[in-house]
Amino acid sequence: MSTWHSYFKEKGQAPDWPYPIRFEQEQEIDTDVLVIGGGIAGCWAAISAARQGLNVALVEKGDTVRSGAGGPGCDHWCNAPANPLSNVDPDEWAQHMADRPYCNGIGIQIQCRENFDTLLELEQMGGKIRDTKDEYVGAEGRDDKTKFMISPRYTKVHSYVPWAIKPTTFKSNPDQKLNNVVIRVWGSTFKPVLKKECKRLGVKIFDRVMATSLLTEKGVQGGRVIGATGVNNRTGEFMIFKSKATILSTAGAGSIWLISTELGGYCNMMSRTITGDGTVMAWKAGADLTTMESSGVLRIATGHKHKWYTGAGDASYENVPLVDANGKRLPLPIQGWVDAGAMVASPEVDNKIREGILKGEYALPFYGDFPAMPEVERKATWNLMLGEESTTKIIIKTFNEAGYNPGRDLLQSYKFIEGNSLPQWGEAGYGGGILVDWDLKTTLDGLYAAGTQMFAPEDHSYAAATGRYAGRKAAAYARQIGKSKISREQVDREKARVYAPIKRTSGVEWKELHAGIARVMQYYVSEFKTGSLFNMALDVLKRIEGESVPLLFALDPHKLLRSLEDLSLLTYAQIIIQAMKARKASSAPLNFRRIDYPALDPPEWNKFITIKQENGKVKTGELPLTFWGNMKNQYEARNKDYTGVYKRK
Amino acid sequence: MTQKKISAVPNVATPSAPVIFNPDICDGCNTCVEVCQIDVFMPNPEKGKPPIILHPDECWYGGCCVNDCPRPGAIKFNWPLQQRGYWKNKATGEVHQI
Repeated sequence: MSTWHSYFKEKGQAPDWPYPIRFEQEQEIDTDVLVIGGGIAGCWAAISAARQGLNVALVEKGDTVRSGAGGPGCDHWCNAPANPLSNVDPDEWAQHMADRPYCNGIGIQIQCRENFDTLLELEQMGGKIRDTKDEYVGAEGRDDKTKFMISPRYTKVHSYVPWAIKPTTFKSNPDQKLNNVVIRVWGSTFKPVLKKECKRLGVKIFDRVMATSLLTEKGVQGGRVIGATGVNNRTGEFMIFKSKATILSTAGAGSIWLISTELGGYCNMMSRTITGDGTVMAWKAGADLTTMESSGVLRIATGHKHKWYTGAGDASYENVPLVDANGKRLPLPIQGWVDAGAMVASPEVDNKIREGILKGEYALPFYGDFPAMPEVERKATWNLMLGEESTTKIIIKTFNEAGYNPGRDLLQSYKFIEGNSLPQWGEAGYGGGILVDWDLKTTLDGLYAAGTQMFAPEDHSYAAATGRYAGRKAAAYARQIGKSKISREQVDREKARVYAPIKRTSGVEWKELHAGIARVMQYYVSEFKTGSLFNMALDVLKRIEGESVPLLFALDPHKLLRSLEDLSLLTYAQIIIQAMKARKASSAPLNFRRIDYPALDPPEWNKFITIKQENGKVKTGELPLTFWGNMKNQYEARNKDYTGVYKRK
Repeated sequence: MTQKKISAVPNVATPSAPVIFNPDICDGCNTCVEVCQIDVFMPNPEKGKPPIILHPDECWYGGCCVNDCPRPGAIKFNWPLQQRGYWKNKATGEVHQI
């Protein structure tokens, strides 16, 4: 009797809602620093602000212990050039990473300077970052002195950078030793210790609360941010947070183009809880966003997990040779020592394989040849990289229990087997986010952003380091500012919006709304992008807003949460299209191709387009591609007081 | 066996049971209810009993419910058919699926 239906069958009635219902009731929380989003960046922001002795409140939709855009684990600590085994200068590595157009040079500089300190602090808290049990002695990249496990990723090749497929020579590494900037970690230990450290430092954690809006001084758009509202998704209680500084860390939006409300495996790889809430809150409050037009390729979600899905040259298959159905080696990179960390096949190699399949040269399906690997490397990939990487931990467990033996069996890869199907749809929005300055402050006073909430998001250690940094800066701001009075009118407006769906018991439910939004994006904002289709999309989304949203209904606090998430997505979709309209050019690095403006990256368009609302109207602006200036100098000028690894009291 | 009473209920969501509880091992501690970022489960109204899978269709297969369970074997992943991975014995060529 574990499913709802079996319960119903046995008891003859549905179970009562298990939590007290408190719709419309208010709880007020007064805090110095408010952190919205309890993933990696949010936990680090809260910890770092609390270390400054301030009151900190942390709001999280799920439970902080395992929630977050990155999932419950972490496989690689990337871009850690300050680690003692690295052979490159952190600032030079940061500069190299920031050579990618439309990246976030500020976040990257912070990551490269501070993420190794951050990692050492994780160890203080109880996170596992070294091979302390000597399980991988003899594995390539294992340093016997420190017991760090260096990953082959980026050791010579950095194939994320299109023009750097060949080995890059760094001034700080003239002999081309291995770069050693990525560390293999036991990431499944991280989230629980972060939550524990938050509690130890007295952070007030509000789990199962979705923040719904930012409160601004006098309740006006563009005003200083002085708090936020939220709703508990188990009780329906309304939360009013008053704060001196607020940090947004809710990541981007992961399911605007593709949603299966049943079977998460047909969705985007991002957790379904990533619905752009923070970005939309910031947008409504009047903050600037940028790179919202950036598009990528959809990657199908867990189950096979995105990496298992593409199946080659990535974490899951680190060092694993890829073979065809007859055991013939495929020319795919394996992100291993042998190809010096190359992660992604060049388009030429992909085409060669595609043609090879058609000519019968390569037989489908392809396999990861785990048995061909040396035992210690196989163990490192299977148990450590896969076993500790976010949602793959459970996949490993299931395979092991089902009888799979990596020493004996080939693991099927899903690359190419579906041809050009759904995963090839363009997706956008995940590369976009909130514009920040060198304090990770947004364009609104009192509001900061961290992790994948910022424009041009990166990975786990980026979220950790930028969260930690934003917490520091927000605390400094909170110290010197007084509290402001919240606008009751603004609170009441938001309350009316939040509770509208529970006033109805029929109409349009969240699943239908979500699928409706996704369909608009699939039709009008897909591979064939052009101004007239953008306008059609905006018209339809407006119609949904005017006709379907007033019919939205939610029968309990959980369904209210999903409904509010859809409303975030509905706004988020419109922001994406507005940003796309504003860029009247195509761009390769943004993977953004317009039929009406086909020229790729014309020099006059090599710039960031910023977008915000002013008095309810969309306003665009622009910034130079490296608006952050000299990364090393800017960082150093603002962080003279940085004290390195925290001395735990 | 014909059932005595048939109620009219809506379709069962897919998957209907992303996990399977073993009621002999599960002591209803509700750790899985708390670690799930989606809120797939609810505590059983009867204390000590396995949680009820209330939102199976929203499962993201994050796996925390199983990974963090303090009583091994109390909860097991039950991958939906469309998400069961394949492997092949290298020596015999025999293909298996989860």
